[in-house]
Amino acid sequence: MINGDTARRLLRTMWRVRCFEERVAQLKRTLVVHGLIHLSIGGEGVAAAVCGQLRDDDAVYSGHRAHGHAIAKGAPVDRVMAELMGRVDGLCQGIGGSMHLVDAEHGFMGATGVVGGNLPLALGTALAHQLAGGDQVSVVFFGDGAVQAGHFYETINLAALWRLPVIFVCENNGFAEFTSRAEHSTIERVNDVVAPYGFERETVNGSDVPAMYEAFARFLSKARAGEGPFLLECLTYRRRGHYEGDQQKYRDAAAEDEWRERDPIARLTAGYFDQDDAAAEIEREAAAEIEAAVRFARDSPFPDPAITAKMVYAT
Amino acid sequence: MSDEITFVEAVNRTLARAMREDARVIVLGEDVAEGGPYLVTAGLAEEFGRERVRNTPISEGAVCGVAVGAAQSGLRPVVEIMFIDFITLALDQLVNQAAKAHFMSGGQLSVPLVVRTQGGSGQRNGAQHSQSLEAWLTHVPGLKVVMPSGAADAAGLLRSAIADPNPVVFVECKALYFRRERVPDPPEAIPLGRARTLREGRDVTIVALSRLVEDAMQAAERLAADDGIEAEVIDPRTLVPLDLATVASSVRRTGRAIIAHEAVTAGGFGSELAAQLQAAAFDYLEAPIQRVGAPYTPVPVSPPLEDAYRPGAAEIVRAARTALEWGEYDAEPWDHGAIAAS
Repeated sequence: MINGDTARRLLRTMWRVRCFEERVAQLKRTLVVHGLIHLSIGGEGVAAAVCGQLRDDDAVYSGHRAHGHAIAKGAPVDRVMAELMGRVDGLCQGIGGSMHLVDAEHGFMGATGVVGGNLPLALGTALAHQLAGGDQVSVVFFGDGAVQAGHFYETINLAALWRLPVIFVCENNGFAEFTSRAEHSTIERVNDVVAPYGFERETVNGSDVPAMYEAFARFLSKARAGEGPFLLECLTYRRRGHYEGDQQKYRDAAAEDEWRERDPIARLTAGYFDQDDAAAEIEREAAAEIEAAVRFARDSPFPDPAITAKMVYAT
Repeated sequence: MSDEITFVEAVNRTLARAMREDARVIVLGEDVAEGGPYLVTAGLAEEFGRERVRNTPISEGAVCGVAVGAAQSGLRPVVEIMFIDFITLALDQLVNQAAKAHFMSGGQLSVPLVVRTQGGSGQRNGAQHSQSLEAWLTHVPGLKVVMPSGAADAAGLLRSAIADPNPVVFVECKALYFRRERVPDPPEAIPLGRARTLREGRDVTIVALSRLVEDAMQAAERLAADDGIEAEVIDPRTLVPLDLATVASSVRRTGRAIIAHEAVTAGGFGSELAAQLQAAAFDYLEAPIQRVGAPYTPVPVSPPLEDAYRPGAAEIVRAARTALEWGEYDAEPWDHGAIAAS
């Protein structure tokens, strides 16, 4: 069981991500934010439970559905919003965009738009930590769709072989882009895919934030002691399409009662904030913060085009 | 002080020196702790331990990705891809991750990574172990591409590559590995982006890469002896960044240019260099820029076939004569290396 302070902190993170993404969905319809936008509504609990236990010097890598991970890891929401709008005050000066967020100061070492391409990078950071003798850990988020890619197996094998302090966090939402997991693999649980490698792994309900928090905490304390790797599979629910604009002809609209069952915010609120207006206050504060972030981002200018050529090589 | 050592020894000593000077330098790749098939990394595991000289599984993609992650987290990895043909398996990490991390992060990340690999034909290894794929890499902004033509340049350029804050693909040539040359000890760093003029001449400029540099020198001697033609020979040494100024200033003097490399001519780096040269020296050109490279076929194994496939001094001489005789008579168009027609 998590305590009340932790529950408030996790709820606050989830509401910040939820409000951010719902606002981004609106802004995408009027093309104020740019490019392919992949939202994690329904999966905020994973970002909150995992990143909420990490330090700035721990590394997090993510994929194309990365807003929540970046925000939960400490990236300022106003600068994430400015990045999505392509503004100079964005995290990456507007150059990276939604799928390529980086906030090195807070240990968010990067999102990547190539499914599974982030997996070996997390291993490299873990190797750097290990050789330097620190207790930092490296965490990589990926979806079940990445598991069928070759670099997943290469990375899992290498992580197990080198016993690196890396925690693989799979968000198994049952869909790889438009297609259900059943059409991509005969193995339903990612946990089972990695079984032969022999490292510790666990599958948890991705709507149950305290359960994820505790499972991740167990892996984290061992990883801090230099053990690894670990895999945490979170069974999540993707409330929206693969990307904003996806017509989702491949699935029925989620029944509202199913959504209520699987919404991690509703579940945590029911479990910890019964007859307590603290939850509503947390939601209001998050919404106000996101509105301020939108104003900040809108006020930020677009970058000078000369920056493009200057940013290709480090000097 | 300088020793006459092989290309392999020059790379080996430079790696060892870099690892001694900087604890952040690590070496990883298939069989590197055993020295690898050409012994380039021989002895490193013994001196620096298997933590810093890491054998990897045959997983080029993940190994490159590990190196990218390690590089953006403070290490200076030197990865070996045993044959450049296998770089195909690591291209996602090189093209989508390494090349773009600095850019996409708005300058927050940098990737001081060296990918050492070797290419080229001549050892009857066939179509999947003999290619010259460097042009692909030059097409990706964010990567640097180095192609040394001898032991001394290999040592000096590798020093600079390891010190560089960007991902550098260091393309060695297997046919040059056991050539000996005097190499200063310690080797001086040779800055990336500085061409070397090996021979001065007033009649024609021969720009040659890697193995073809020696062929260009032989061709120049033959042209001088047989035709009285004085060829200038330039080795750009690095394709990205490219020292266009040195090459273009030579071509403005000679009015004629030959570009020679072992890669397939069509779409090879010579095509890009020819385009840049004609823009930089159009008014000075007396003849079309001639390209010497391999024909538009994969590399065959059978010795007479591979020997016929490989461009060398004879092709450079022929290209130079074509350029020198241009306009004097109706020269037969030379379609060596033309892209396949449908």
